[in-house]
Amino acid sequence: MKEFFHRKIERNAIGFVVAIVAVASIGGFMEIAPLFTIQETVEEVPDMRTYTPLELAGRNIYIREGCYACHSQMIRTLRDEVERYGPYSLAVESKYDHPMLWGSKRTGPDLARLGEKYSDAWHVAHLINPRDVVPESVMPKYGWLMRNELKIDDLGEHIAAQQTVGVPYTQEMVENAVQDARGQATPDTDAAAGVAQRYGDATHVRAFDGDPSRLTEMDALVAYLQILGKLTDKAYQQAATAEVQ
Amino acid sequence: MVSQLTTSERQYALVTLLLLGLGGLAMAAMGRGDPIAVHGYIVLLFAIGLSFVVMAGYYAPEPDKERLSRYYDDPTRVGIVLSIAWAVVGMFVGVWVAALLAWPDLTFDQAWASFGRLRPVHTSGVIFGFGGNALIATSFHVLQRTTRARLPGQFAPWFVLLGYNLFCVVAASGYLIGVTQSKEYAEPEWYADIWLVVVWVTYFLIYLRTLARRKEPHIYVANWYYMAFILVVAMLHIVNNIAVPISWGSAKSYSVYSGVQDAMVQWWYGHNAVAFFLTAGFLGMMYYYMPKRAGRPIFSYRLSIISFWGITFFYMWAGSHHLHYTALPQWVQTLGMTFSVMLLVPSWASAGNALATLNGAWHKVRDDATLRFMMVAAVFYGLSTFEGSFMAIRPVNSLSHYTDWTVGHVHAGALGWVAMITFGSIYALVPWMWKREAMYSPKLIEVHFWLALSGTIVYVFAMWNSGIIQGLMWRTYNESGSLTYSFIDSLVAMHPYYIARAFGGLLFLLGAIVAAYNVWMTIRQSKLEAAQGKEDADIPLFARDAVQAGE
Repeated sequence: MKEFFHRKIERNAIGFVVAIVAVASIGGFMEIAPLFTIQETVEEVPDMRTYTPLELAGRNIYIREGCYACHSQMIRTLRDEVERYGPYSLAVESKYDHPMLWGSKRTGPDLARLGEKYSDAWHVAHLINPRDVVPESVMPKYGWLMRNELKIDDLGEHIAAQQTVGVPYTQEMVENAVQDARGQATPDTDAAAGVAQRYGDATHVRAFDGDPSRLTEMDALVAYLQILGKLTDKAYQQAATAEVQ
Repeated sequence: MVSQLTTSERQYALVTLLLLGLGGLAMAAMGRGDPIAVHGYIVLLFAIGLSFVVMAGYYAPEPDKERLSRYYDDPTRVGIVLSIAWAVVGMFVGVWVAALLAWPDLTFDQAWASFGRLRPVHTSGVIFGFGGNALIATSFHVLQRTTRARLPGQFAPWFVLLGYNLFCVVAASGYLIGVTQSKEYAEPEWYADIWLVVVWVTYFLIYLRTLARRKEPHIYVANWYYMAFILVVAMLHIVNNIAVPISWGSAKSYSVYSGVQDAMVQWWYGHNAVAFFLTAGFLGMMYYYMPKRAGRPIFSYRLSIISFWGITFFYMWAGSHHLHYTALPQWVQTLGMTFSVMLLVPSWASAGNALATLNGAWHKVRDDATLRFMMVAAVFYGLSTFEGSFMAIRPVNSLSHYTDWTVGHVHAGALGWVAMITFGSIYALVPWMWKREAMYSPKLIEVHFWLALSGTIVYVFAMWNSGIIQGLMWRTYNESGSLTYSFIDSLVAMHPYYIARAFGGLLFLLGAIVAAYNVWMTIRQSKLEAAQGKEDADIPLFARDAVQAGE
């Protein structure tokens, strides 16, 4: 009887290695490579804006504290989710998210459309002790966000690295990153005017933690939470058009 | 252990530790005021500590040439001990984070003690610390036995084992001080990722070089799985972790991928980490230790070929089932679902092959808790792969995704399959490694078995209940056509299940502690006996008789 073909592969270590790599590469290649080349993967939206330095710093705090372990930022195309959280998430909305924070678990609610849903004061109180505003909550307290000064001296490097990975920040934004971070949390100053000029008039400029004299981690995180789902109107426009039809 | 190294290997070790220490010093110097400096000091301390160990044994006499005719098992022994230590730590943190969801104020207002920072310590601790060390330790053991060849050198295996543990320490300590990429199961930052690549390439070269020296013409099936584990994990790790650090003196980096592409790359990684870290590697373990312990050959050679290539090919398509109904294009979701369902074939082929191997040895399964661990592992492997394929079906996923059902599914696999096959293999391996007839206490293995099984069942049932209730509450409408429950209603409903889950986890942790004690006592007995043997040898023959006569 002819020798079973697999007996031959088993005698050749290098051949076996090559076979494993080849067989294992196909699936990933077929699914991932087209996502970078097919135009329809991500919607074209001209008004999509980038995070300000302060919001980016807030996003990094969100990552540091592992918020994504309990909160998703991806509303699925299901009726109950759209009714509970708002229009379903579009690919373009996380286009500048390096990495994305879609999440995989909802121990707490989805946050994709959290922006402007609650006041800054609510967020500050909630983060200091969630059970003060939602008695049944099981979220940890984040009191230290109010105590910690925000580290901003390296924000220029952050924005430059974002530029490198493809986020359309201008050179001016890189150079003014530190000043813009401070300006966004201290309204009615020259620095604040610069933020609006560079990132658009709709940018929130206010003392997010309620204290304009200090720039805390709370300022950054609340600034980030208030922009969630607000970088573009595309999802809302699409929902409105669907309703008319 | 250093005495087993040749002088040149001791020198290699010292040079490597010197370079590592300098690397740590550079990190500490460049990253002043940044968390990377903390890691620099950790690396430096690690290098200094190990240097002392090497230097203490530096002038010991060279090992005899005869060692080359035996297998080299010292790294396996240390790997087993490290694996068990990580199991206790990782599972302890698991019980802690489970308790935090029931009693959220257990954080004492400390940043490091909050759920978001502790959770990756748990996941990395058990997957990479416990699982990874067990895989490295057993792979070195299995590789040598099935090729009838000694590992090519004595330095490289230590580099892999200890280098890997340095990675684990840097990872776990990083989460506590807030260093994370946020990519699930790939949280460590860029410098830890680069270090792991160096370690992993060395691991792969050890494997290839040992295979090249083999005295068996055929490569045994366990080694196919270990090789797939090493190769594909390298592929996944490198592709998913490509990132741009903001500077050489900062721990922070930004992934080159964003949004939908990042989601796909991440879950291609995430799901195949399950496939090739938590499945392929442990199947390698099963294909060696289970037939050995049962004293039966593998039921079907052809079935093992089908399941091996099926797993290697199908799994890589399945990751997108983590992204059903999201902004990921639907054709990718559909492909992911299709391949996930097809995966049931090779998965059940493996589970069936394992269980059929036990035919003719079921009386041993009844009497021997070690073999029973392996049997139950195969059963849970079959159950959780069925559940996985089921949950990947899009409409089922609409209910299960984002809920505790996913957590329950992961733990059915992680506790029921991965941990059980590991404990079974360790109980089989420890007496061989420390030259004992059996473990210190077979009774304690029995106790551990029942703790582990009941813990797993309590955990999984709690999560099934909470997950399905959650999923249903989120989508329940009242008669007027609006949503019946607020989100917080669903959270309140979870409370009893979160307590039950913490209890199930606690049982499993207790089992791991029992295992640690049992292994420790086995090693101690072996050491005591060795010492006694030496004492006896020192007494002249005539005097030995005299002592006996005098009694």
